Order: sequence, then C-alpha cells, then structure tokens
Amino acid sequence: MTNPSIEAINLTKRYGSFTALANLNLKIEGAKCVGFLGPNGAGKTTTLKLFTDMIRATEGSACINGISVHENKRRALAHVGDLIESPEIYPSFTPNEALSMVADLRGVPKSEKGKRIEEAISEVKMEEWKDKKVGKFSKGMKQRINIAAALLSEPDIIILDEPTTGLDPRGMAEVRDIVKSLKQKNRLIFMSSHLLPEVSDVCDEVAMIDHGKLLVYDKLENVTTKFSGDGGAVVEVGFSRSMDDPLSIKNISSISSVVSVERIDSKNLRIRFSGGTPGQEHLLSDLATMKIGLLSFRASSSALEDTYLNLIKDTL
Amino acid sequence: MSKESNEVSLEGNKLPTSVQQVGIIARNEMLNYFRSRRFLVLLIIALVISGLLTFVVWHTGISNVATDSLGFYATWWGFSAIILVVFCAIFFGGDAISGEFQNKTGYFLVGNPIRRSSIYVGKWIAAFIASLIVFGVFTTVTIANGIAYFGLNIPTQFGESFAFTILYLVAALGFTFFFSSVFKSSSMSIMVTVILLLFGFDLIDTLATNLVHIEPWFSITYGAGIIGNVLSVPFPQHITTIHFGNGPGLTSYNATIPEGIAIMVIYFAVTAILGLILFERKEFN
Repeated sequence: MTNPSIEAINLTKRYGSFTALANLNLKIEGAKCVGFLGPNGAGKTTTLKLFTDMIRATEGSACINGISVHENKRRALAHVGDLIESPEIYPSFTPNEALSMVADLRGVPKSEKGKRIEEAISEVKMEEWKDKKVGKFSKGMKQRINIAAALLSEPDIIILDEPTTGLDPRGMAEVRDIVKSLKQKNRLIFMSSHLLPEVSDVCDEVAMIDHGKLLVYDKLENVTTKFSGDGGAVVEVGFSRSMDDPLSIKNISSISSVVSVERIDSKNLRIRFSGGTPGQEHLLSDLATMKIGLLSFRASSSALEDTYLNLIKDTL
Repeated sequence: MSKESNEVSLEGNKLPTSVQQVGIIARNEMLNYFRSRRFLVLLIIALVISGLLTFVVWHTGISNVATDSLGFYATWWGFSAIILVVFCAIFFGGDAISGEFQNKTGYFLVGNPIRRSSIYVGKWIAAFIASLIVFGVFTTVTIANGIAYFGLNIPTQFGESFAFTILYLVAALGFTFFFSSVFKSSSMSIMVTVILLLFGFDLIDTLATNLVHIEPWFSITYGAGIIGNVLSVPFPQHITTIHFGNGPGLTSYNATIPEGIAIMVIYFAVTAILGLILFERKEFN
C-alpha cells in the first residue's frame, strides 16, 4: 500500500465569532509518530475531532489517505484507529463485549476476532478484567480499553488525543511503549499531548499549534535546533560507566559540534550541540568512537520545553 | 491493501456494509438494554399493569366488566396499551441519542468507520424490539385472560387495535428519538418527551377542540385514538356535537381510521427524518 497520510487543507473551525482553528494546512505522510502540541484551547482536540468526524469543518477539509472524512467517512476512517477525549463505554459491557462490537463494526474477520481481542487486551494489560463490567472501572482502566479499541483492527493510522490522560505513571510508560512498538509496525501515529517528555520520548516529528494556527511542523531535532532560543539542540546521553571524570567531559566538549555539556547525574549528560542533523550525526559518531560506554541518545525534553515556551510566548 | 469502489477493505478486514453495521449496533444496543435496569423496570411495569387488570377483572367479576369478548378487549386494551406505548417510547427513546452525548459513549462509536445514520437506525431498531418484547408480555396476558373468560373468540377488531398500537409505538419512538437528537442532555430530552406524551398532547387536543373549535389533526395522541375506538361498535362518529339547551353545543372529534393511520405515519416519517438530520449535524464538543 501507499504511505499512510493525513492532511488538513485550509481546515477551519469557527464557533460563532470564535475561531478554534484557522486555515490549518498540514500534511503528515509515512510511518512515523507526530506529536501535536499546544496550550489548552489551542485547537489540538478540535483538529483531531475534525479528522474523526466528531465535528464538521466550517471551511476546508480533513483528508485521510487522500479521502475526505466529511465526504466519505467510512472509507476515510476504515484504516484509522482513534482515541478522542476519553470515551465512555456502555457501563454494562465487559471489555470483551465492547471490543467485540468494535471488531464487528470494523470488519475484523470472525476467525481472527477472538485472537485480536485477546492480543489487544493483553497489550493494555487488562486480561484480569476482560469479563468484568466496565461501569466499575477507574478512569485509567477505561482508557486502557479505549486504547485497545483503537488498536484492535490493526489500523495504519492512529489518532490519539492525550492518550495517557487518567493513567498512572506505570500506565503512561506502558502507553509510550505501545506507541513505540506501533512505530516499528509502520504505523502513522498522530498524537496530541501536554507532556513534553512523552513527546520527546516517542515522537519523530512535532507540530505546534496555538490560537488555532500552526506554528511549526518539522522533525523534533530541527524544531528544537531552530527554536530553542539560545542556539543548538539538546540531547540527553546515557553511559554505562560513570562520567564523573572531568577528562571525559572535556573530551566530549572538544567534539566540534558540541556547544556545552551539563551533568544530569553520574551516568547521564545533557549535551547542547549545533549544526542540526549533520551536527547530531557527527556528535553521535564521535561519542561512539570514543568508546566511553555510550548507551542511549535522545532529544532532551527540556530542549523541547524551551522550544515550546519560546514559540507559545511569541504568540501571546 | 485494496480499495474497491463499493466495498471498503483493508488487510484482513472487510468493512461491513452500512446495513450490516445497523444490525451490529442494534444487537449491541439490545444487549445494553437487557443488562440495564430500564428494560427490567419496564417489564415489571407491564407485568404490574397486567397483574392489576387481571386482579380487578377477577375481583369485580367478568359480568360487571364486559358482556362479550369485544367489550372485554376494549376495557382491557384501549387505555392500557396507549400508556404502555408512551412508557416504552420514553424509557427506550427518551435519551437514546442525547445519552450518547451526555455520557460520552458516542465518542466510542462515532470515531469508527460507520455512518451516523447507521448508529441512529440501529438504536431505533433496538428500542423497537425491546418495546415489542414488553408488549409481547402484556399482549400474552391480555389474550390469556380473554381466552379464560370468553374462549378462543378473539375479535378481529382486537387484531386491528394491536396493529394500530404497534404503529403508534413506531410513531412515538420516532418522536422521542427526534427530541433525543434535539438535546444533548438526557434529563432534558426525557423531561420534554414525558411532558408532551403524557400531558402535553392531551392538553393540546382539549384546547383545540373546546377552545379553538378545530379538529386536532396535528396531534399524535388524537391519531392514536383509533386504538381504542376501533374496539367500539359502532366506531365513534368523526364529529359529534352535543347541544345543551339553545347553546352552540359541544363538539368532539374522533379520528377516522385512515386519518389516524395517516397522522401516525406522518409523525414517524417527519420526526425520524428530522431526528436523523439533527444527529448527522450534531457535534461532539
């Protein structure tokens, strides 16, 4: 199949004189995870609702795989799993029954239905509760079932509106793992979140929105490089050995793209670097060559936070 | 993945047709009804009405209630069936759509590749079937009593009245689904339908007849009058004027059978279409 895609074309939503979304043009294509960021009331949920037929656009169109959601909802959403605003499930239903209904609506073959439901329930760690009535569940437990429902038909595109809402820290980590595993399965994930570390952790690209207008859409490292304020992107690097030795830090500082090095703890450093993607590539390559026990390398959530605050501040 | 012009398919999955999705919604909504208290409560109400009528007829003595089979069914069925229809419409239709907004259960359904009309129709069918089950219980007790007192001689007028009752049920459910689509609050939609179906239309009928002196052809309860009237022999006059002394007289109206059927069919058609349009346009925000 072709690359999964979602596209907003001049997408506008007004409520009377209030513009919730203004001429949003955004095309996301391919297997990746895109974080959708913005303050409360920025238009994130409005956008996601337009993509899932919860609301109707005042102008423009929301297309999925090139098909307008408004004009042909069944075809447009056939390949989409979504979770918008913590839905409620009929309280008298068990997770098994609720997921069975979704499987039937989405045409999961009867021969596979049981297995898929088992897998989805297992993925969200709700095996123990699969035959208990949903009405007795906590918000977090319901959210897990909603996530299972979104994944059940193995969709190419997954739209998630703050999926970790209501979950405890362990549940949040599990959802992040689920999202990461979906990335491995060539899915396009479009996910709104308030949690910048979460976005830094799982997303490849970010789109920021405020006052209904798109501020930026780019790769995570490009966004943090361009907009973090004091030049350079920031990565958090983990090592298997202690970095307490000043010589190690001095050696790292000497890498040409490195702007500054800051100790997080004995085995983790926050490194600010310049040069965008080539600079990052150079940094990673040099760190690996130094054989100092490089374990992990990821964009710093604080860099994304700097970027977020800079961009949002500019629109106030 | 293949995309066909009329069917939507994706790896391993083949999206059901809209008609099949209506069936899936109806089946699951039925399951929800059977698990919920409201179905049980309504079943109990039907049993209580049936039990009370059985007791009253037994206690009063059948000779004091009716002298023939038709009179028995007229006494038993005419009023009670109409009340039961109203209860069914309120219980199953009052918040069928508004509840999806207020309880946020709609978010679980609407984001799927399914037309909203399929959800609406599926829920309507479930409400209709659940009501039929309740009516089945009431009708069974009615006929059992009729057979006990007058044997297997069931008058054809009872069959007609039963058919009109089902038509009234169809129209009343269409009507309550419409109001359920108007509001996003369950309590508001239930309250409006309760007021209109239990008191409002009767009041409108009375005011139209006695104050404005016109036939209340625009009222669903006026049309539903044929449920009881068909059990009367002869069928009541369409227009009756009773004169007191030299005054202008008091005019009362009874819908004719074609008129009653037309009123109920039109009520269903108009409210079903309007309700569907409203639900299609309503936003989850």
